Amino acid sequence: MRAGLRAVIGGLTGLWLTAASAVTIEKVTSAQGIEAWLVEDHNNPIIACHFSFAVGAASDPDGKSGLAAMAADLLDEGAGDLDSQAYQGRLEDLAIALSFAVDTDNFSGQLKTLRENRDSAFHLLGLALTAPRFDEAAVERVRGQTLTAIKQEEQEPQALANHALAAALFADHPYGRTRSSDTVLAITRTDLAPWVPTHLAKDRLVIGVVGDITPLQLAGLLDSTFGGLPATVSLPPIPDISPPTQGRTLVIRRPIPQSVVEFGKSGIKRGDPDWYNATVMNYILGGGSFSSRLMTEVRVKRGLAYGVSTSLMPYRHAGVLEGEVATRNDKVTASLAVIKDEWRRMESEDVSAAELSAAKTYLNGAFPLQMDSTRSIASLLVAVQKDHLGIDYFDRRASLISSVDAPHIRAVAKRLLDPDALTIVVVGDPPGTLE
Amino acid sequence: MRRFSVPVFLLMILLSQSPLRAQIFAPQSFTLKNGMQVVVIPNHRVPVVSHMVWYKVGSADEIDGKTGLAHMVEHMMFKGTKKVGPEQFSRLVAANGGQENAFTNEDYTAFFQNVAKDKLPLMMQLEADRMANLALRDADFQPERQVVIEERRMRTENEPEALLQEQMRAALFLDGGYHHPVIGWHQDIDAYQIADVVDFHRRWYAPNNAILVVSGDITADQLRPLAEKYYGVIPPRPLPVRVRRPEPEPVAARQLEIRDQDVHQPSWARYYLAPSYHVGAHSGEHGDGDPLQLLAEIIGSGPTSRLYQELVVEQKLAASVSAEYDPDSLGQTIFAIAATPQAGVDIEVLQTALVNSLKKIALSGVSQAELERAQRKLRADVIYAKDSYHTGAMVFGQVLTTGGTIADVEDWPRRIAAVSKVQIDEAAKRLLLDQRSVTGLLLPAKLAEATLPPDDEAQSAQGLLGGAVR
Repeated sequence: MRAGLRAVIGGLTGLWLTAASAVTIEKVTSAQGIEAWLVEDHNNPIIACHFSFAVGAASDPDGKSGLAAMAADLLDEGAGDLDSQAYQGRLEDLAIALSFAVDTDNFSGQLKTLRENRDSAFHLLGLALTAPRFDEAAVERVRGQTLTAIKQEEQEPQALANHALAAALFADHPYGRTRSSDTVLAITRTDLAPWVPTHLAKDRLVIGVVGDITPLQLAGLLDSTFGGLPATVSLPPIPDISPPTQGRTLVIRRPIPQSVVEFGKSGIKRGDPDWYNATVMNYILGGGSFSSRLMTEVRVKRGLAYGVSTSLMPYRHAGVLEGEVATRNDKVTASLAVIKDEWRRMESEDVSAAELSAAKTYLNGAFPLQMDSTRSIASLLVAVQKDHLGIDYFDRRASLISSVDAPHIRAVAKRLLDPDALTIVVVGDPPGTLE
Repeated sequence: MRRFSVPVFLLMILLSQSPLRAQIFAPQSFTLKNGMQVVVIPNHRVPVVSHMVWYKVGSADEIDGKTGLAHMVEHMMFKGTKKVGPEQFSRLVAANGGQENAFTNEDYTAFFQNVAKDKLPLMMQLEADRMANLALRDADFQPERQVVIEERRMRTENEPEALLQEQMRAALFLDGGYHHPVIGWHQDIDAYQIADVVDFHRRWYAPNNAILVVSGDITADQLRPLAEKYYGVIPPRPLPVRVRRPEPEPVAARQLEIRDQDVHQPSWARYYLAPSYHVGAHSGEHGDGDPLQLLAEIIGSGPTSRLYQELVVEQKLAASVSAEYDPDSLGQTIFAIAATPQAGVDIEVLQTALVNSLKKIALSGVSQAELERAQRKLRADVIYAKDSYHTGAMVFGQVLTTGGTIADVEDWPRRIAAVSKVQIDEAAKRLLLDQRSVTGLLLPAKLAEATLPPDDEAQSAQGLLGGAVR
């Protein structure tokens, strides 16, 4: 350890064993106490640094939906002494990829750089996080791009269905709000400039780093990049919410040949004791692509749709079970009937031993396939920290999946798969009212 | 195009955004006795492999009235063999912890599985089995035809922008296999029969028309005995000739528009008929392929690119603008430019400004500084490309099915570094001619045509003419 750098390196280490080789995850803590998970890999001169703050679009003030997303889009549009063009030019000249994104619960970022440009890359990231400019020209350009994106979503059946489903499931809760032209036009520079220092705090931050960098080098960069952020910020709490238990069907008329159908109801959150039971159950029902029961019944046997799926959506303040199918207008009713029958079958009879075993082998076998690149491993490191799963999660995950049995699945199906509780949104031109 | 997760046009976009040809891949290659080429791209980070089989057949190899057959055969490859039941292929891959998919484009059809390396022999056994012993039954074909029609509705008929792109392609390629869409015309999907599927598979799905690409935790020495065991025993067959007739020399600029009441955001696109590495080339071994890749990078990739600078930043007429070009095509290809106007900007005003920018490029060329920045970026992309074990497999599959060689891929960084400003300027002059182009406009329905109640109509007029005031 170099003098003056009181970095705590090591401590807990996760050893992720997959068949022949292992990926070692190391916890790196900087002098200032900023923590990151690191996978050192010196095979390729590349470094990826991904991070996420626990604050997202749900914290946008009422009437200003889209604020967090606009702030994210503006962070790489000029910072410190560099205006937008100078900043983007630096990134391009050094072949650094930097992007920020916002979802309901999170504000995240991804940095990718060649080793030779490491210090410049982290410096530019630090500038974006601590000294973004929000120049008027850049604000108006990004506002214009956001308005364009909103108009494109308005013509996209899937996006329309998504927004309508969120509004129906979450009503007045922040999760039910969607940005619109009006809310984006209401956002001003005086909303944007204070947004970063009042939302992005160190106690909401998790970081995953992969690539050609040592723990000591990283420790120093953690402080210079993230050290200037506030330790904590105070934000209005977001209440938990449960989607309605009474199902209903909404039709948004569009003169298109195929109806896009999205459906949802209350599901479970990530920390729920039933999480792994529900994961295996969902895989067998509709999460497992061509192995799923829904795909077999809806697509393969009946040719009703190109795709049909269900998924668990764990938000920080709600759990949702969601699904989708797209089918010709006159087959919406038939497709939904097949889907609902499969929901009932899941709770009325045990899954077969063969289905269960295939599901577990897939869920365990496919997990390491995600480690396709430096960036995908960095994303995984962030995801595991965001969900508070612990650095030993990679060792524990397989046994959590393996311990699920048929009675567990049936019990969780009973808990979750009530087709009468489904809120269904249809965008298209189905015959009749569907009510 | 079989599955929602990997539409091939997205892969194309990803590839064209970061051209990835690099000595760095260091592949190993050999050919089996039956003529099947094998490429191995070692990457030992995790004990995982990507197993791909690429067939040198795509939608451009179809005949009139039977468009979409290549894609339909791709779907039917999952319907079982003498030993494996319908849809069992996918279940077996998943039950062994693997992920799989398939995709079709104009020039190739590819199938892949990503698995733990100890499952590779099983994947090879299954893939070889369906190359040689596919069981094609009408009972499986009929519902799958409906699936493909739903796929067409989802990707194209529900989406005015996709419909416009389909029309632009048909207008650009007057003749031959690139005229029709990969998924096929709707009436052809309705009309082809199981016998057509059987015939197409028998014609093209032979080992001497296939390339095995395996990337990940594997070496050529480890792969060779497996390749010989599973694929080497399949007898070769005589193959049809792949025909890509050159387009008639274009003589007229074409403009198309789709007006649709569901369009809220207008957009503009232009396709130029462009040379690929091997066809329509001006001169030299790779023709204008490399200069035009640099041109696309310089004028239309990212916020520092020429068109973004001029139209988005300076003139504030566009919200976005981009250029795309991929010279890996067996026949001629497309150099595409796309833009969306800022709210309140008339599409004609944007078009005039864009055309002026393009004229300036054709007239005065690019700057040395622009060229050097693009070359630097592409050099870095080569290093990034090696990082993922999928990327190399995609690149070699695409290049080897479109008339290229391993050496072409390996030599790409050197060629890109050697391209001069003069080469780019001359290639741009040859490309950016009005008569080589098809322009497409996607617009909201005219107010008189819109079926909106009076109140909404007033609102919509305001949105259309003066979006900025809202």
